[in-house]
Amino acid sequence: MDIAPIFASLHKHRTPVALIVLEIALACAVFCNAVFIIGQRVAELGMSNAIAESHLVVISVNGSNPDTARADIPRNLAALRGIPGVTGAAVMTSIPFGQSAGVDGVSTGPDSQVHPGASRYMLGEGGPRVLGLRLLKGRFFGPGEYADSTLRGGMMPNGHVVIITQSLAQRLWPSGHALGQQLWVGSEKHYAVIGVTADVARPGSSSIGRGSAHYAVFFPLAPDPAFTQYVVRSAPQNRQRVLHAAEAKLHTLAPNMVIKGQTFAQIRDQAFTATRSMAWVLVLVCLVMLTVTAFGIVGLSSFWVRQRRRQIGIRRAIGATRANILRYFQTENFLIVSLGIALGMVLSWGVNLYLMKHYELPRLPWHYLPVGALTLWLIGQLAALGPALHASRVPPVVATRSV
Amino acid sequence: MFAYYFDLALRSLRRNRMLTALMILAIALGIGASMTTLTVLHVLSGDPLPGKSAKLYYPQLDPRDMTNFRPGEEPPEQVSWMDGMNLLKAGRADRQALMAGGAVAIEPPDPAIAPFFEDARLTTRDFFAMFDVPFLYGHVWSKADDGNDARKVVLSRRINEKLFGGADSTGKILRMGGKDFRVVGVIDSWRPTPHFYDLMTGDYSESEGVYLPLLTGIDMKLPFNGSRDCWGNDTNVDQKTAQCTWLQFWVQLDTPAKAAAYRQFLVNYSRQQKSLGIYQRDPNVHLRNLMQWLDYNHVVPSDVHLQFWLAMGFLIVCLVNTVGLMLAKFLRRASELGVRRALGASRRSVFAQLLVEAGTVGLVGGVGGLLLALLGLWIVRMQPSDYAALAHLDLPMFLATFLFAIGATLVAGLLPAWRACLITPALQLKSN
Repeated sequence: MDIAPIFASLHKHRTPVALIVLEIALACAVFCNAVFIIGQRVAELGMSNAIAESHLVVISVNGSNPDTARADIPRNLAALRGIPGVTGAAVMTSIPFGQSAGVDGVSTGPDSQVHPGASRYMLGEGGPRVLGLRLLKGRFFGPGEYADSTLRGGMMPNGHVVIITQSLAQRLWPSGHALGQQLWVGSEKHYAVIGVTADVARPGSSSIGRGSAHYAVFFPLAPDPAFTQYVVRSAPQNRQRVLHAAEAKLHTLAPNMVIKGQTFAQIRDQAFTATRSMAWVLVLVCLVMLTVTAFGIVGLSSFWVRQRRRQIGIRRAIGATRANILRYFQTENFLIVSLGIALGMVLSWGVNLYLMKHYELPRLPWHYLPVGALTLWLIGQLAALGPALHASRVPPVVATRSV
Repeated sequence: MFAYYFDLALRSLRRNRMLTALMILAIALGIGASMTTLTVLHVLSGDPLPGKSAKLYYPQLDPRDMTNFRPGEEPPEQVSWMDGMNLLKAGRADRQALMAGGAVAIEPPDPAIAPFFEDARLTTRDFFAMFDVPFLYGHVWSKADDGNDARKVVLSRRINEKLFGGADSTGKILRMGGKDFRVVGVIDSWRPTPHFYDLMTGDYSESEGVYLPLLTGIDMKLPFNGSRDCWGNDTNVDQKTAQCTWLQFWVQLDTPAKAAAYRQFLVNYSRQQKSLGIYQRDPNVHLRNLMQWLDYNHVVPSDVHLQFWLAMGFLIVCLVNTVGLMLAKFLRRASELGVRRALGASRRSVFAQLLVEAGTVGLVGGVGGLLLALLGLWIVRMQPSDYAALAHLDLPMFLATFLFAIGATLVAGLLPAWRACLITPALQLKSN
């Protein structure tokens, strides 16, 4: 098909063409960047966390008596283990995705230049197995290592061993020899790395989506008032029942404590609410924007068709088929949208540069551009179809009328 | 004349309902989305204490050792107990308060209510006067109480309603953390946004339920809420001497001259501490006022900014779309406009007539946008984030929505109206 006449016609209607091109370009820029951000958020929703998530319920307690904690914790754990269906129970100081907790600057030595912040998890005896930590190298803590590690009201346990996550091991010892090395916390304390686990998420949701999202260190700890989280393991189908039973049990054992239980699935769900709502907002904006763009094209195309009724009639009268007319308008739309997309690619790239500079967004991968282009081509063709069909039905006899 | 143009506009808009509806819908959607995000941004980046915030300052000192020292580094975001107490006792500012976040178990006087945990603010007494906290009943504890481990408490309105049914509870005894406290005051509803005085406990968290004298709370060893940064050897577990920063210190300085003097005082204090061998670093101080402090901490979530920019992009798409549709609409009426011009209407009056039509679309679109913004904000409030409840349209934003919608549509109408004015009357009359 000869596109020269189309260009001539477009050239004649510069202003409306420029407007559609601009609209397509802007829509393309917003769409590509929004889809990119949506993709990132969706990837975050599936963030890995190598513990037995579906088997766990977590009961956080507040207001326990610090003076009797050493005796109370083993008693409470024994009671929890006695609940039918429970396959394990342990105490922790904080929970992946749970309330924010201590972060330490860790390094390979006091002179090291690399000090990533890592979350501090302190585990009571049996903790690794109840959580379902997946050991990649080394071993879990021994009973003596729990007993030797105490806080005495301070910040850091006085034990000598830690287990770290794979991401953190990679960051500190990129050559892969983390096992047996000394992990330094600040400039005075250091611990031997005895194990490396698959990546476990950090507490809170502020690190989600960052490279440091899995930097965590596990310390063993003897029973201590700092333990505020009881982790109870059961088969997934027993979770709800175990949750209620465990809450009731702790409540009878310590009526003055403030007790709040959740399944781990709920905790994870809450950590991602902001991520999810952001993704939904973007999906909504994209859908509405594409709809508005489509209707804009419909409106302008039908105006064009009406303006050119006589020309269409003449073309039909001198032998053009309906299919010719239809194809003419579809090709015209394709050319306009293509121009818009070309401009939109440049704009997308510019918008992405701005967002990268101000909002810590990574560079837009190139494959988002063809996705945006295809979407807009498709929408353009669909939107032009109605007016084009309308045009193809213009009878040749129109050519002979004066109005 | 305006009334006549308005009448013409209504007739014209009614003639092609589909196109009119499309224009109005596009404007309404664009305005609705952008006003929703703009309102959230406006609420979140607002001044928590208008009129007062310029006088409130947040001093930062650098008491850390030389480990990991980098020249030009920011000092810690909080102060240590020692520095806080020294600055408090120096009393060089018009008002000053040292504070920390905590939590306390409350045993309600009514046994029917189960004991519960409540966020507490441990602070010295200037907190209330400095931040203009409104009192419902009673007053703050005395100056002497700041230093003598007094068992006195100020309750929030919410907690007072929960525990005492909203009655004047001053003088009553409340058992907290296993100790008896006397209620000395109840404050009225007060929720500064952001939670500027302690960003460590959440940028937009609610105000605390109970307020205790700082020393009382520390000596009771209440659970700590917030962030603690330590350096050096941390085997020391005594909060008062440990090498950790964990308290917030705020000062009120009524004039810029006083602020400059206070900054100099902080430098001198740091120098003195270094000469005493307590500090190892050279003076490294900051004295930001409240809004600068919020800015420095990037308090407004970046997602809110991102949403705002995307909504603005969307609005521009909607406006360009409206320009296109309006152009189509105006040019379609070329013959009608040609007749008007031939009958003596000047270009100017045709232009005015078309702009009135554009403005009418903007007005209706603005109403639609307002309704959509209200819907959007309602959806935002359904979200579980801690700032969600704050998303409300206030009067200035309400008016801004209308002006914005009409202004934007008028701008969108300029090009089509101008193009339509250029029509040559003779040509239009002839071809028909």
